Amino acid sequence: MADTASFEVVKPGLSTTVQDLGRPGFYHLGLPISGAMDRFSLIAANRLVGNPDGAAGLEAVFLGPVLRFSADATVAVTGATMAPKLDGVEQPGWAAFKVAAGQELSFGTLKAGARIVIAVAGGIDVPEVKGSRSTYALGGLGGFEGRALKAGDVVKIGTPAGPAKLGVAVPEEIRRQAPAGGTVLRAMPGLYWHRITEGSQRSFFEDTWKVAPEADRIGYRFRGGRSLDFVPREQPFGAGSDPSNIVDSCYPYGSIQVPGGTEPIVLHRDAVSGGGYFMVGTVISADMDLIGQLQPHQPVRFEAVDMDQALAARHAEKERLDRLAAFIAG
Amino acid sequence: MKTRYSFGGDEHIFVEVDEEMSLEAFFKSLSMTNAVRDSQIAGITEICPANASFQVKFDPDVIAPDDLMAELKKFEAAAENAEKTIDTRIIEMPVLYNDPWTHETLMRFRERHQDPTGTDLEYAARINGFESVEAFVAAHCGAPWFVSMVGFVAGLPFTYQLVERSRQIEVPKYLRPRTDTPRLTVGHGGCFGCVYSVRGAGGYQMFGVTPMPIYDPKGEQSYLKELFLFRPGDIIRFKAIDRPTYDATLAAVEAGRFTPKIAEVTFSLDAFNADPEGCNAKLLEALDG
Repeated sequence: MADTASFEVVKPGLSTTVQDLGRPGFYHLGLPISGAMDRFSLIAANRLVGNPDGAAGLEAVFLGPVLRFSADATVAVTGATMAPKLDGVEQPGWAAFKVAAGQELSFGTLKAGARIVIAVAGGIDVPEVKGSRSTYALGGLGGFEGRALKAGDVVKIGTPAGPAKLGVAVPEEIRRQAPAGGTVLRAMPGLYWHRITEGSQRSFFEDTWKVAPEADRIGYRFRGGRSLDFVPREQPFGAGSDPSNIVDSCYPYGSIQVPGGTEPIVLHRDAVSGGGYFMVGTVISADMDLIGQLQPHQPVRFEAVDMDQALAARHAEKERLDRLAAFIAG
Repeated sequence: MKTRYSFGGDEHIFVEVDEEMSLEAFFKSLSMTNAVRDSQIAGITEICPANASFQVKFDPDVIAPDDLMAELKKFEAAAENAEKTIDTRIIEMPVLYNDPWTHETLMRFRERHQDPTGTDLEYAARINGFESVEAFVAAHCGAPWFVSMVGFVAGLPFTYQLVERSRQIEVPKYLRPRTDTPRLTVGHGGCFGCVYSVRGAGGYQMFGVTPMPIYDPKGEQSYLKELFLFRPGDIIRFKAIDRPTYDATLAAVEAGRFTPKIAEVTFSLDAFNADPEGCNAKLLEALDG
């Protein structure tokens, strides 16, 4: 096989980026971790095609791309429910399948969730920047030329490492259920929680919020709940005049800021690393993947949990990975 | 100063050294983050100093959250008594104040501003009691600025001017954030200055633009091989330049011939508090000497 295996982007979809498990270690310089919004789906897709967990794949949101392969390849598509097609013939999701040189990979319409992950045996071969192939589009860094894919791009594929698990789909019970009716996001109150009144502390967790159209890799905005009331205070020097302002601080991944007390924003993998808005708490690590599968207008409720519950949920997600490993090995 | 600790979910600890901004709070935060870094506690993945607070990201599968919290609190007493002196750099940043690009942008977003009839510079000069924009610009570039945080987006410095609190420039942010800010805009919000490292959304008042890149995702500029110029603790001197100098500097940047003027300096908070103007004069001397 030629050493220039690649695919050409026939149609880029809405926003399709190269992502791996991210680029930790530079948040103190404002460079966020990036990487797949739904990490479990990336790991699953990689394991299906025989890649290491952290190999780079493609993440596409709402609308799949059309890709034409220059060489034979093995592909798996996980994440949102959006049927993969080879030259128009539907293929199973959450399963590895062969692609022949010259074939076109395209996608049906989005049925559930928000983001698919496409893994190719060998991984997407773009240069590593600061230890990762993930795209940080806001800073024009990493991935394919620091940006989402465009029609006409030719993207290289690496050399396959291990055997693929062909023909068997990851069982439903191992996958995370795509968010449907009312999604619950578990969050630990904290950070600047004391800035809002007891009534607002209750209403924040009681109210049903809806995902706003402004929802992307940087953060997800929510609206529809009651505005939050602040505990009166004289604003500290340097904080700014609005009661929702603080002296600019770091923002945890998953932190929930509420500018002006009106619309919560949960920061995600391409987070802005800091700023001057107070935060009511932080979505727990176990629920971060889930956010990446939320569609605009979906109803969401936040549920208050403590550290023990957060760690138990984290452990449950680890067990999901163990079940995935057993399935791949079996 | 009252230090406050909080978990940010199951992967972060957030430490607010003080509610309000001061160099004392910054130095205590910096001292604590240095101690955390030196301790090499297993499980810590990110250490992020901010203006008057900091944040540690950790892996709770490696270290129990309560254990890490207890470890962090141990660093507080030592940080209070730590010597507030750092070896750092002073970096000169040329600025074209009142430039055509931020002017075009601020006019485009005028309905989001407190004073739709003027410019950001006119507004900032007036509410800070300056008799003219020229006097305001003279104050803005008249004393050096301390980089008290790097972040928001990649490589963006938050800056805090090295003057007594009574002389600090304070301006509100835009009523609603802009969806666009020219790359390398020199801005101000609250008591903080900033330099926008990339083009994008922003809410700070816009005063001018520098021709000197501070973030280079491709690492092509000779002085930006590490991609980022600034780190917390750096000192910036803004230098007002005219349009011909701006154009010449930009041409040098584009030809890869530009390197910023940088000098190694020592900054002592006690020395600064005792004699701000004398301390600043020494800093600038290191640059001009």
